[in-house]
Amino acid sequence: MNNLKRKRFSLTPALPSLISILIGLLAGIIVIVIADSSKALLAVRNLLLGPLYGIYNPNQSSLTGIGNMLFFMIPLLMTGLSVGFAFKTGLFNIGASGQFMAGSYVAILLARKLTGIPNSWRWLVALAGAALAGMLLASIAGILKAFRNVNEVITSIMLNYTSMYLVNHLIRATGLYDPLKNRTLPVQTEIPKFGLDKLFPKSFVSGGILIAIVIAIICYVLLYKTTFGFELRAVGLNRHASRYAGINEKRSIIMSMALAGLFAGMAGGMIHLAGVGRAIQVRDVLPPEGFDGIAVALLGLNHPLGIIFASLFMAYLKVGGQTIQTLGFAPEIINMMIGIILYVSAMAVLIRKLLSIRAKKQSETKALGNSDGELYAVHDPPDPGATAAAEKLPPESEDSTNMAISAVQEEIEEDKHG
Amino acid sequence: MENVIEMLHITKRFPGVIANDDVTLELRKGEIHALLGENGAGKSTLMSVLFGLYEPEEGQILVNGAEVKIKNPNDANKYGIGMVHQHFKLVNNFTVLQNVVLGVETTKRGLLSLEEARNKVIELSERYKFNIDPDALIANISVGMQQRVEIIKMLYRDNEILIFDEPTAVLTPQEIEELMAIMRQLIAEGKSIIFITHKLKEIKMVADRCTILRKGKHVATVDVADTSVEEMSELMVGRKVDLTFDLGKPKLGKTVLKVRNLTIRKEGHGHQTLDDINFDLREGEVLCIGGIEGNGQSELVYAITGLLRDYQGQIILNDKDITNSNIRFRNINGIAHIPEDRHKYGLVLDYTLEQNLIMQSYFEPEFQRRGLIKFAQIADYADRLIEQYDIRSGQGRNTLARSMSGGNQQKAIVAREMERRHNVLIAVQPTRGLDVGAIEYIHQQILKHRAEGFAVLLVSLELSEVLGISDRILVMYNGRLVGDLDPQNTTEQELGLYMSGAKTEKVTVHE
Repeated sequence: MNNLKRKRFSLTPALPSLISILIGLLAGIIVIVIADSSKALLAVRNLLLGPLYGIYNPNQSSLTGIGNMLFFMIPLLMTGLSVGFAFKTGLFNIGASGQFMAGSYVAILLARKLTGIPNSWRWLVALAGAALAGMLLASIAGILKAFRNVNEVITSIMLNYTSMYLVNHLIRATGLYDPLKNRTLPVQTEIPKFGLDKLFPKSFVSGGILIAIVIAIICYVLLYKTTFGFELRAVGLNRHASRYAGINEKRSIIMSMALAGLFAGMAGGMIHLAGVGRAIQVRDVLPPEGFDGIAVALLGLNHPLGIIFASLFMAYLKVGGQTIQTLGFAPEIINMMIGIILYVSAMAVLIRKLLSIRAKKQSETKALGNSDGELYAVHDPPDPGATAAAEKLPPESEDSTNMAISAVQEEIEEDKHG
Repeated sequence: MENVIEMLHITKRFPGVIANDDVTLELRKGEIHALLGENGAGKSTLMSVLFGLYEPEEGQILVNGAEVKIKNPNDANKYGIGMVHQHFKLVNNFTVLQNVVLGVETTKRGLLSLEEARNKVIELSERYKFNIDPDALIANISVGMQQRVEIIKMLYRDNEILIFDEPTAVLTPQEIEELMAIMRQLIAEGKSIIFITHKLKEIKMVADRCTILRKGKHVATVDVADTSVEEMSELMVGRKVDLTFDLGKPKLGKTVLKVRNLTIRKEGHGHQTLDDINFDLREGEVLCIGGIEGNGQSELVYAITGLLRDYQGQIILNDKDITNSNIRFRNINGIAHIPEDRHKYGLVLDYTLEQNLIMQSYFEPEFQRRGLIKFAQIADYADRLIEQYDIRSGQGRNTLARSMSGGNQQKAIVAREMERRHNVLIAVQPTRGLDVGAIEYIHQQILKHRAEGFAVLLVSLELSEVLGISDRILVMYNGRLVGDLDPQNTTEQELGLYMSGAKTEKVTVHE
């Protein structure tokens, strides 16, 4: 497997992601310059320094900034994993928002109601409950996909709303509602900080980040090092061949979706158990975290380890966005940049495809000597003028991302601004 | 006679490999010129050069005597070159007419106007007796008909030089006959044809001349009339190939597979029904299910392997009733299956060769411990199979299955299935689309398997295969077994009568 390893850790596959990040940053800088050129230099500096901003600010330690970044990273990493994991197994989970919401609610519910359990480890029960809630919700989409072949994109979008309205209702019904602030009552239970608060003083940092990183690594091992992951990915790549090989493909699909939901549910739990006073706002708006997860997964090439870095980067930007607020710039500039990066990285898929076609044309082929017969299958020569549309593209996940993304983009926009 | 196409001294290199090494191909006006070679000999590369997909490093291309540069397929089209691809390029949910005009649509004031096109398609269809309905959906017509749509597409574009890339691989014997007639009519009307194939019999039937490639090099261009099939085969493979085997008497062992009253009644879903199928399979024999495609062979195999579950009757494997067992259980308990459709069932194309070689055994203690994959053991196992079965690919076990040639993909499947713990091998069209060398190899493997006491259930459409390597033939027609034949005492003609349903007899099992 030495060859494989070398390939896996080369930077080349990440190149399109890096390019799209660069384009996003440039666009952000241009907007900053247009908005207020007098403070632009300062703003760009603060933005790029992000959490390291403290270096220039005697009032704030740069460690605080890093601590905040690690906090923002939690939901990005977990929902990114949720989307990316599903993707690697051939499924598109747009339901991360709903699963996040379900997880948030159950975490708050358990944290407030399970007074019989000592506070020191009540968080564990609450977090497990959050994970279970996300899992159950996502399983519905998985079961429908496995047994009735209902597209999981549709069902998970629908379940987003089901979850949102159900949670809004249950918050009132279970006595968690704070009518003054129109949100859930505060939670005392929190995930231990594992000493991180000493390392990053005065920040939002939570022990959840360590749990999240451990889960990302477990997720990587699960996908690439276990027979279970072998099955899940095989089903994602070719359901028929997997069935032929004796893999229970229905079970695999349900498991994939359930685990994806587990990650998103935990994201909700971790945020509301972080001890920073987060609460569920009772509004008819889907939490944006689920959609951020799509961006993170895309940027991280759906690879668990890539997703760690992608979420780190996004969190870095978010903190940078807060620092430019002090200069009078709208923090939405950051959302816009993330939006552009998302768009561009969707295109990055295209760029990568073009690059790989070129690379294939030039080098595919040591195999060529023996694979002459199959050449057309690799990149079909378009029949003169006639058949571009007729080409049967292999069911590559990237294609479905593109399609699905354009399908949900409006949705995302609506929810972000709605 | 004038040459319409001259490809002179074409050399096309890829890193590490010379795909075409000083290859010359001259196509005369009005001839059928066969391009013969094993999988990987460079036929497709040469055609890709002609089609403008690759630029050759050396050599020139002349069309009607004038040198041309073909940079892309549109250029090729401009020079009247058209191609029927092995895998058709049709939009499934478009009609025949829509597919034909796709890319060259006729419009009136910006709106689609297909009246003229429809008349032309109907006229072409009548002239060549294609018998095709311009308004039929592609999804609803047979593979043979789809191929005719591809041919109409070329004719509609007034192409003069027609390339057929392994056109017979997907056709039934009857359809092959009809295609040959169409090709003859096309040249009678002045078209010129390049016919890519590795089936010598077909070259003998229609081709005038034949250019043979081997390992990227031009070996010979011969007049088909003066060259025997054996000579061409030897030129292609580089050694004598013998596809006739002396089977000898089978050493029959115990019965390993019993099929009793197997019946599928479900209409619709595109499935052929099965009607009361009964047979026994014994160790040490090759039992062949013969028949024309679509007479229930696939359903029979799917039922035995568990891919299809809605059946009545009983299936007993090694004295275990597996009628209601899942696929994994059947696999573990003795069934190995070389599937008919290697892309759909046989391989996960985006998995590596190595991963594909352990598709049904990754869970064995040999390859995993507590759910963790033993990569080193798998690599060793894969390397052993690759060496033993001579599976060629670009990056060894780490090659993506997708980038391997059809022949090597098939070898990988054969290797995987034969090396797996089993005692019943179900091989469905194991040599489909392969060249003579590979066919010989796979036949040898099957017979070696038989000699080692394995039971083989062979499903084949090729008469020569049915008669050549089986101990017993069961003919299937319309979902029923209609003949129980001894290949030693059966002629192709007689077999043909059973396969077409003209002759039937009751097939029973003697307990």
